[in-house]
Amino acid sequence: MNIVVCIKQVPDTKGGVKFNPDGTLDRAAMLAIMNPDDKAGLEAALKIKDETGAKVTVLTMGLPKADAVLREALAMGADEAILVTDRVLGGADTWATSTTIAGALRNLDYDLIITGRQAIDGDTAQVGPQIAEHLGLPVISYAQGIKVEGDSVIVQRQFEDRYHELKAKMPCLVTALSELNEPRYMTPGGIFDAFDKEVTVWGRADLKDVDDSDLGLKGSPTKIAKASDKVPKGAGEMLPGDSADELVSALIGKFKEKHII
Amino acid sequence: MGLEEYKGVFVFAQQVDNVLDGVAFELLGKGKDLAKDLNTEVTAVLLGSGVKGLADQLAEYGADRVILVDDPELKDYRTEPYAHALASVINKYKPEIMLVGATAIGRDLGPTVSARVKTGLTADCTVLEIGDFPLKAVAGQEQKHNQLLMTRPAFGGNTIATIACPDNRPQMATVRPGVMQKIAPIKGAKANVEEFNPGFTPDNRYVEILNIVKAVKTTANIMDAKILVSGGRGVGSKENFKLLEDLAEVLGGTVSCSRAVVENGWLPVDLQVGQTGKTVRPQIYFAIGISGAIQHVAGMEDSDLIIAINKDEDAPIFDVADYGMVGDLNKIVPALTAALKAEMGNK
Repeated sequence: MNIVVCIKQVPDTKGGVKFNPDGTLDRAAMLAIMNPDDKAGLEAALKIKDETGAKVTVLTMGLPKADAVLREALAMGADEAILVTDRVLGGADTWATSTTIAGALRNLDYDLIITGRQAIDGDTAQVGPQIAEHLGLPVISYAQGIKVEGDSVIVQRQFEDRYHELKAKMPCLVTALSELNEPRYMTPGGIFDAFDKEVTVWGRADLKDVDDSDLGLKGSPTKIAKASDKVPKGAGEMLPGDSADELVSALIGKFKEKHII
Repeated sequence: MGLEEYKGVFVFAQQVDNVLDGVAFELLGKGKDLAKDLNTEVTAVLLGSGVKGLADQLAEYGADRVILVDDPELKDYRTEPYAHALASVINKYKPEIMLVGATAIGRDLGPTVSARVKTGLTADCTVLEIGDFPLKAVAGQEQKHNQLLMTRPAFGGNTIATIACPDNRPQMATVRPGVMQKIAPIKGAKANVEEFNPGFTPDNRYVEILNIVKAVKTTANIMDAKILVSGGRGVGSKENFKLLEDLAEVLGGTVSCSRAVVENGWLPVDLQVGQTGKTVRPQIYFAIGISGAIQHVAGMEDSDLIIAINKDEDAPIFDVADYGMVGDLNKIVPALTAALKAEMGNK
């Protein structure tokens, strides 16, 4: 079987968020990583490969430097890598992004497409379900467990207070939660091999059944009216005191002032 | 088809097991504000099986009209047929605005429907208002009025973006639960129900539900709590949460926690506050032994009063706290509990 995993290169918001002296985000100083939910999706695909010998292709859309996450995926064990990059694709919202990726996927044979639930930079969780919609596939999002049985996938789909065990006939699309597994490390041999492999690069001309008017900034229904780095709320008051009793009586005093007690 | 054909504010009224989700009422509250600005009405879209009885509740919380799609296919949530039902409602009734709760259901249904009806969708909004796009007139570009301006945090909560959808309809948004305010229910309000059947024909996109496993709900809903006593990694152990429970009990509050606590297995995930947990806005939020990572702060910064207790005076939690206490929580928390007990006893 053929599995395609869609991955995204994102700035690492978890490890070290860095700020400039003026309080804005220092994006240049932050590491670029493979999005955590996508990495769990890749691991799930590699597990299926271990068991069934499936072929795993990774695909990303981004700037040329996104090649780095494709190499990482190859070093973890993916078989092929595709980079979709073109100036006209820039500034895309989720609708235009999913249209682009669907256009690329139409060139491939797939039984199962895996994406992450959401990317930690945009936090929208929209691209996976929208790709499925463009391709007319069944979608199961929020997967906390994925297994293949015959011509179907069986997925534990997470909700707030329960999970559903769902069965979908392939081809289908699943969005993975990072809780799904612990992704494997790259191997030293894998890293060497990853750099010997050819990454396929596709541009606008390689997208199938896609109109120019549906791509990039121009093809995005949503438009940014304003964006600003968040201004943190002003720091409050540090209560005086060296001992627990002094601190507590200071707080009780404040509570009384504010008529909380 | 012109955009002016699209009228009204629609709200997806999420129900699970034939119980309406609180976010449905929150969206109605916000929807009423938006409808007032646009001089239009609020419509709740109720999808399910045997759910007609819920319609009056939606009226009590502000729905002027309820569109009901009632079909056995809609008994338990599946992307199809729910997406089919909601997209059909949109195609028939042409709302100007469509709001969906950013729940595990809404964040699946929203994008699927937006792709199907080819419109924009803004995720996890925290502020919705009516205004102009572009915000200020730009020479050579038409400034459109009465647009939905959708503001949301992105980038792990570090950035705030305001987004518009000027050329497609409906303007769709998913909205974080806990952010919008419900109205005080109008007791005895009766719904104006309109039934609609789009027809359901199962195809390859209908998945099969093999099993439904419900997690045992042992805990209070932290989103409704007025006072939250929240602990982080600094609490040190599962047993040590007893200190926080004691404080919560004196104040009639509830214990919640950071992600680290859930990862250590000290407390269940439904008590987790933050970007990947719940958004809360209690009257008082105690952050005890919580460093204040941006992912946590994103879920609690709108609390009315934030009190931080931490041994590290440089902890970022002090940047959002109204009152900060630097010291050993093992000493401060019991002393605070005792002092509050004494104060309450004096009354």
